[in-house]
Amino acid sequence: MSIAIGCALEPAIPFAFAHELIRQRKRDLTLIGPISDILFDQLIGAGCVARVEAAWVGNVSAGLGHCYRRALEQGEPRRIEVRDHSNFSIAQALLAGAIGAQYIATKTLLGSDIARTNPTFKESTSPFDGSKELLVPAITPDLAVLACQVADRDGSAELQGPWGVSYEAALAAKSAIVLAEIVPAEIVVRTPNRAIVPATKVVAVVHEPGACHPSSLSRMYQRDHEFFHEYHRATRTALGFDRWIAEWVTGVPDRAAYLRKLGPRWDALDARVKFAPTTEPN
Amino acid sequence: MTDVSAGELMVAQAAREIRDGETVFVGMRLPLIAFVLAKKTHAPSAIGLFELGIIRDEPAGELLYTMGDNPNVENALWCGPMLAVMGMLQRGEVQAGFIGGAEIDRHGNLNTTAIGADRMHPTVALPGSGGGADIASLAHRLIVIMPHDKRRLREKVDFITSPGYGTGGDWRRRVGLVHGGPSVLITTLGVFRFEDGDAVLASYHPGSSVDDVRANTGWQLRVASDVRETELPSAEVLRIIRGYDPQGFWTRRGE
Repeated sequence: MSIAIGCALEPAIPFAFAHELIRQRKRDLTLIGPISDILFDQLIGAGCVARVEAAWVGNVSAGLGHCYRRALEQGEPRRIEVRDHSNFSIAQALLAGAIGAQYIATKTLLGSDIARTNPTFKESTSPFDGSKELLVPAITPDLAVLACQVADRDGSAELQGPWGVSYEAALAAKSAIVLAEIVPAEIVVRTPNRAIVPATKVVAVVHEPGACHPSSLSRMYQRDHEFFHEYHRATRTALGFDRWIAEWVTGVPDRAAYLRKLGPRWDALDARVKFAPTTEPN
Repeated sequence: MTDVSAGELMVAQAAREIRDGETVFVGMRLPLIAFVLAKKTHAPSAIGLFELGIIRDEPAGELLYTMGDNPNVENALWCGPMLAVMGMLQRGEVQAGFIGGAEIDRHGNLNTTAIGADRMHPTVALPGSGGGADIASLAHRLIVIMPHDKRRLREKVDFITSPGYGTGGDWRRRVGLVHGGPSVLITTLGVFRFEDGDAVLASYHPGSSVDDVRANTGWQLRVASDVRETELPSAEVLRIIRGYDPQGFWTRRGE
């Protein structure tokens, strides 16, 4: 199964969904996204992943992803296949998927070894002026997972803050799952052009406050920078990673318990006071 | 002034590369602080683009750890899809972009993908391109900032993530890149300019020297005829840098 997740880049990363994938011991996933900070690293370390199609895998503010390194350098816990992208190429692959195009022709990555080593790309010449171009084929994920501030029960969801490739990924995917705070329908419907994905695409909407910690969610909570550094230090060894997962993922039954475990640290990240009145979830 | 850090010196040099009125792909860490500095000094009307979909005419008011941090979203000029800002890049509307890397060669090609001969079985798996390869492909000028180390400044990089001048000469045109290429490489030891796709040492930082740079560079060093010591940042420039990064989180790393 292929999943586009973490499509807004550094903010709004659905960690709650990834942790549930780990608890349910999902296997052989293909992960699709530009960068998903440490979410991809965690799923790789937990053995859930067979392939990554991404522009970047690591720890944005702390450095390299130790699990990603172990998988590629040592085949631990398993070998994974990598299809390298840049942020622009993955955005264009998802756009092609969203509009039903076979590929999009671009000028980026010409001369980059990414164009040479990703087996899905083809170099071509423009039929209009004969100039060189790279053909980026469509990506159509089985599933796109988005974390948003608010959604209604039908799945109309508003994502405030940067969208990254969320819109393209949701439309390119066969179906979408939204994690948000569920609010009465009239609040989202009142501003329908703010809904990032049409409810017709959404197969499940999950009421999951705090779904993105330790990443931020604009106007809801701040990024927990230190948590990323703690993860970086704790996961230098495979044993350290296993301990981290046992503490923060398999050791808690759900996201509510995870937030309780964070305790005052979670409360300190609250940024909800600035929430826009038109979408106040009350 | 002897307490000026290499990071502060690099930020001061990088800020000079931004011209007033330009649209710049900013990036994080030292480049972000260079953008802040340029805006507060000689380039007040520069516009900053952030690849996740943010356009800013004023830098965020506090230190950022990632470009998606809430302070970078609040009061942004515009916030939307990545394709909008990447589209500006491909349309040729972005004059300059910043990038760092794990490895660079004398033609300005950068590797942020993998160390080792086989990308799929690397010695060290690096994170990858992010938006770096796009900026290197499509911005009119590329400003490269990285630590100076013989293992990082290599004759040949293991993987070209972000294309510089390839093998030199008219390589970019031949592979289909319509403009761009590195204009400057700023390291912890000095500043290189590019002539015919070849890095040439333009200045060495105080405390370093041509010989020191040569000893720490993995290619046969070319030195400009007018090579000189890098100018120290003014007190005002240091005040701005330290005002933005008071703890030295980015500008005094590893010192």
